[in-house]
Amino acid sequence: MSVGLITSVVFIGGGVLWILVQSVKGRDVDRRWIFLFIGSTVALALLFHIRFGEKATPIVKAAFNQIENLPEGASVLIAFDYDPAMEPEVGPMADCFIRHTLARKHKLFLMTLWATGQALMTNTIEDILKPEFPEAEYGTDYVNLGYKVGGFGVINVVLSDFRAMYPTDAHGTLLDSLPMFNKVRSLRDIDLIISIGGGTPGVKEWVLFAGNRGNIPIVGGTAAVVAPLLYPYYPRQLVGLLGGTKGAAEYESELTGNYDRFKDMDTPALRMMGPQTMAHVVVMAFIIIGNIAYFRSRKREGK
Amino acid sequence: MATGNGNRKSPSNAVKIILVIVAVVFLISWISKATTGMADSTWLNIRDGFLITFAAFLTLSIFSFLYNDNPFYKFAEHLYVGVSAAYWMCLGFWSIIVGNFVPHASKTLSTFFKVPFQEYSWFYYVAFAFGVILLMRLLPKAGWIARWPLAVIIGTTAGFNLSRYLHSDFMSQVGNTFQPLFVDWQGAGHFFSNLSLAADGQLVMSAGNWIVVVGVLCGLVYFFFSKEHKGMFGAASRLGIWILMITFGASFGYTVMGRISLLVGRITFLFDDWLSIL
Repeated sequence: MSVGLITSVVFIGGGVLWILVQSVKGRDVDRRWIFLFIGSTVALALLFHIRFGEKATPIVKAAFNQIENLPEGASVLIAFDYDPAMEPEVGPMADCFIRHTLARKHKLFLMTLWATGQALMTNTIEDILKPEFPEAEYGTDYVNLGYKVGGFGVINVVLSDFRAMYPTDAHGTLLDSLPMFNKVRSLRDIDLIISIGGGTPGVKEWVLFAGNRGNIPIVGGTAAVVAPLLYPYYPRQLVGLLGGTKGAAEYESELTGNYDRFKDMDTPALRMMGPQTMAHVVVMAFIIIGNIAYFRSRKREGK
Repeated sequence: MATGNGNRKSPSNAVKIILVIVAVVFLISWISKATTGMADSTWLNIRDGFLITFAAFLTLSIFSFLYNDNPFYKFAEHLYVGVSAAYWMCLGFWSIIVGNFVPHASKTLSTFFKVPFQEYSWFYYVAFAFGVILLMRLLPKAGWIARWPLAVIIGTTAGFNLSRYLHSDFMSQVGNTFQPLFVDWQGAGHFFSNLSLAADGQLVMSAGNWIVVVGVLCGLVYFFFSKEHKGMFGAASRLGIWILMITFGASFGYTVMGRISLLVGRITFLFDDWLSIL
């Protein structure tokens, strides 16, 4: 057991005990103590690099296997439908999908239906794709279609014709001059859609307007808040789903476990699961303390 | 009266002192980041140092609202709203007017904005006219005409969504509920000899499907109000409400995870990018 973990456990235990005593005595605990306590718990876990192992659940494993089992050179579309607020959760998923698909030598079509996704997609291309896969050639191995306004309307159009909505890529190059588009006319020519997001348009819209209509397999990577709403689509309408940081951490663990070249890669989601777990323990303790205080107050009032 | 004036002056001085302290701390941070930068050019280091320090200042300013409302929070909030409004306005112009309308409207404008001209289409002029009509809301006497394009938007969206949701969220979801209650069933002997508690094992998968089927049926019973909830029907209804509560709990758990992730993301930025202590 590491010094960091012991320090964190002592800190959390002491804090929870203090709040329990205050609550049992019937004293109000200022909500600012709660904020400070949660913040300190997360900070300690980060400072001491507390980590817990993750093992892929079947729904994440299914997403991994879907990419793994595609034939080499398959066309994969990745939609970056998120904003900076969702980035800590879904950014690691985007990194993993880029790494995995390029390692399998698939052809990547990158696009976004969110205006704020454009800059984040560029970051992923510059920070992950180009440095880690210098052999990947633009126009042959990957293409950046950029942002297009229109939400689900864009999906509707590209389902029948890419060029009607994207005459050029994000850099102004005509699609007809890019080798990747020689055989790709519409979404129906794409072998797999990976939708990363957590709002509207997002995974749900890709399922509704592309997956079901075009019979195209879809893998989702989503922010935790909307994950419960998407689970009912698995396994028939979504072939795999990564829900929040936990899903991203499971995928990272699967990737590092199966590929030697990714053994030492940066794993931000796995790093975040330590503070996550500690914070969840604190929240659970608060719920229990809240209930104890509630039942004691009822008893005092003679109800 | 004198006491009142004193009360007004005292916080003002305190705020001034805090402002000076905060300014000095962040100035030191900027200088420190600029001198330890990794970029090739000094100006780039100064710029990057400023951006990281300013981002840290804004993060802490927003967090300060957890203690109480204060001028730092107000500043960060107003800056965010202002920058967002400007960003969306510029983006709207370049992505909708220049990106969608110009390539179908005018060769001269396409050349001017350096976007490839595609072909003339009357449809884009109609859409442009509708956009102008929408802005008529700003004129009190002609505001009523803005309802026409609004009606088109609502009608089109409703039409698209009705057919898609009916297919994907109703028909397909009904299909998804028909799960095999005994996954990969090859007889009792095979089942017991391969008994496992693994998440992808036969027992857990089958149990999961039972929960889906029973949960959906009981949830539907809870919302069936044409028959009194008594006896077996009442028991199913009570199980339905339990299923609903567990679902809400799971959603809450996921929401907590999402919010904590944001907190971890911000604290990681402060510790790593700003303070470089991770």
